[in-house]
Amino acid sequence: MSGNIQLLSDTLAGAKAEGRSALIAYLPAGFPTVDGGIAAIKAVFVGGADVVEVGLPHSDPVLDGPVIQTADDIALRGGVRIADVMRTVREAFAATGKPVLVMTYWNPIDRYGVERFTAELAEAGGAGCILPDLPVQESALWREHAEKHGLATVFVVAPSSKDARLAEITAAGSGFVYAASLMGVTGTRESVGNQAQDLVARTKATTELPVCVGLGVSNAEQAAEVAGFADGVIVGSAFVKRMLDAPDEAAGLEAVRELAADLAKGVRTRA
Amino acid sequence: MPSEFFIPDPDGQVPSAEGYFGAFGGKFIPEALVAAVDEVAVEYDKAKADPEFARELDDLLVHYTGRPSSLTEVPRFAEHAGGARIFLKREDLNHTGSHKINNVLGQALLTKRMGKTRVIAETGAGQHGVATATACALFGLECTIYMGEIDTQRQALNVARMRMLGAEVIAVKSGSRTLKDAINEAFRDWVANVDHTHYLFGTVAGPHPFPAMVRDFHRVIGVEARRQILERAGRLPDAAVACVGGGSNAIGLFHAFIPDEGVRLIGCEPAGHGVETGEHAATLTAGEPGILHGSRSYVLQDEEGQITEPYSISAGLDYPGIGPEHSYLKDSGRGEYRAVTDDAAMQALRLLSRTEGIIPAIESAHALAGALEVGKELGKDGLIVVNLSGRGDKDMDTAARYFGLYDDGVDAVVAADADSENAEIEGDAK
Repeated sequence: MSGNIQLLSDTLAGAKAEGRSALIAYLPAGFPTVDGGIAAIKAVFVGGADVVEVGLPHSDPVLDGPVIQTADDIALRGGVRIADVMRTVREAFAATGKPVLVMTYWNPIDRYGVERFTAELAEAGGAGCILPDLPVQESALWREHAEKHGLATVFVVAPSSKDARLAEITAAGSGFVYAASLMGVTGTRESVGNQAQDLVARTKATTELPVCVGLGVSNAEQAAEVAGFADGVIVGSAFVKRMLDAPDEAAGLEAVRELAADLAKGVRTRA
Repeated sequence: MPSEFFIPDPDGQVPSAEGYFGAFGGKFIPEALVAAVDEVAVEYDKAKADPEFARELDDLLVHYTGRPSSLTEVPRFAEHAGGARIFLKREDLNHTGSHKINNVLGQALLTKRMGKTRVIAETGAGQHGVATATACALFGLECTIYMGEIDTQRQALNVARMRMLGAEVIAVKSGSRTLKDAINEAFRDWVANVDHTHYLFGTVAGPHPFPAMVRDFHRVIGVEARRQILERAGRLPDAAVACVGGGSNAIGLFHAFIPDEGVRLIGCEPAGHGVETGEHAATLTAGEPGILHGSRSYVLQDEEGQITEPYSISAGLDYPGIGPEHSYLKDSGRGEYRAVTDDAAMQALRLLSRTEGIIPAIESAHALAGALEVGKELGKDGLIVVNLSGRGDKDMDTAARYFGLYDDGVDAVVAADADSENAEIEGDAK
């Protein structure tokens, strides 16, 4: 079966038609357990997320701050495998009918096999992949297989990206463009900063793809601020932190559902 | 006048413009670092073409580092190697005590040229950290060193040296708390501070241009050794031997000998407790191609691409990756790589100390143990150059515990044998 890139595009277009930004949530697979992770994804969808990114936990998450590192550690110590990531995608999609992507460092796919990974992700109902350490120059093989299986290729752009490079990246990407709001790793921040708005404007000058902003957004006020200039607001560490801080799994699920509901209001407010 | 000590690869066939050594290398980095890494490449190309850069670096290498380093014949040590002649390239005699200073001075000059004011670096054994802290003191640069928490304990002396030199040392507590995790943390810092910070990478791994640039700064080791051995022995060696962690001292020694087909290039990887135990860091012996820290090379990993935790008694070799040019040399057959256990390295460390009055770093002792084997294979007509990449002062605590040299009754890992200079060497150097 073909992947759900079209569902992703339709979902983002639907949010735009409603005059709002989309809410995109990130949660790692296998955290705190595989079933617990699936329940958490369902909870953020119930709370109001439009799209979910499922993190593939990695031993060496060089682009992640302490919160996601901790969750990845818990997941890996729990023995999470790529098959569990696929099951997470399958069950989250089957239960909600909403777009589910995978976010992963490149080495696990490289080792697992690009064809095998893309075929399995499409079969599970996945919509695509975000590949934060695969530069566009090294991405030809991935894109060939992603396209064949109907999966989006979401590239990350950064405030340091020059205009010519932005054009090169957005021409190769599909689904949406992930704009990093700041120079740094994942984690919650006091403020989102003004680099993000400039980056979104420069990115939009190169593409018709939706541009979604991630890194540092943790509450409804920040979400509203970002929603003022971006097509989507991506929140990761704040969800993971709610789960880490919760006294038990049920409280964690309730906490992430609440946060998703708050953020969903934020993306409809537009500061 | 051509540069005498800064001698980049004159051939320049590898890497390719995209940074590939055959199937290995490349640039697998987050978008946030692309501009900075490209800037390093552009600035390095400009520096290579600028006689003023070479003049400045040469001046430092002579008057600050103390180049050229000696080539010392070690006949009493060589008696244990089947009678082959063994010469040591004495990078341990460089200022700061290892080969690392060659690369550090080059990149520190580059940092100044890029107008950056802060330097970060990873370190395993602390030798690269000490060299980096030294160069930062010399050039007035702010300096932060990332070091795995386990390594800060086993190389405490070097932590003190770095702090004495004015560097901030951050103990990294994530993952295996060794070199790989120090590199992860340095990358995280770099992404956040890239506008004014240069990541002074310490080995021939990482994204292009680091593998080629760091190699070029260390090429002087082999260029000197080749000239010196021709003067001293009247011929090229049968083998050039070096220890391999990330691979910088090895590529430095090997590179000038690559066109000399009769010279075997032998890298000694850390086998830890033995490759068969799983507790080792023998990347080329037991790894598979993959991506770690910005380039494709052999990597210790599981079948789903998770990096496995390495182990070696030597902090400087305790790394699950390897520079891409070594992977290229392995697959092309030009390089040979073998694994040396903790025990064999420690025995070689003691043997060199007691036969020649030279205490090597535990890293370099892996090369010495390899040379003892290679010597026996070559027989008495053999001629070997070993890169003595660093001195052992920093390792005295580990060695004292290993051999029971303290007076406090701490049990030795092996029985101390003060009367026999070659204790345990026979069965162990395998």
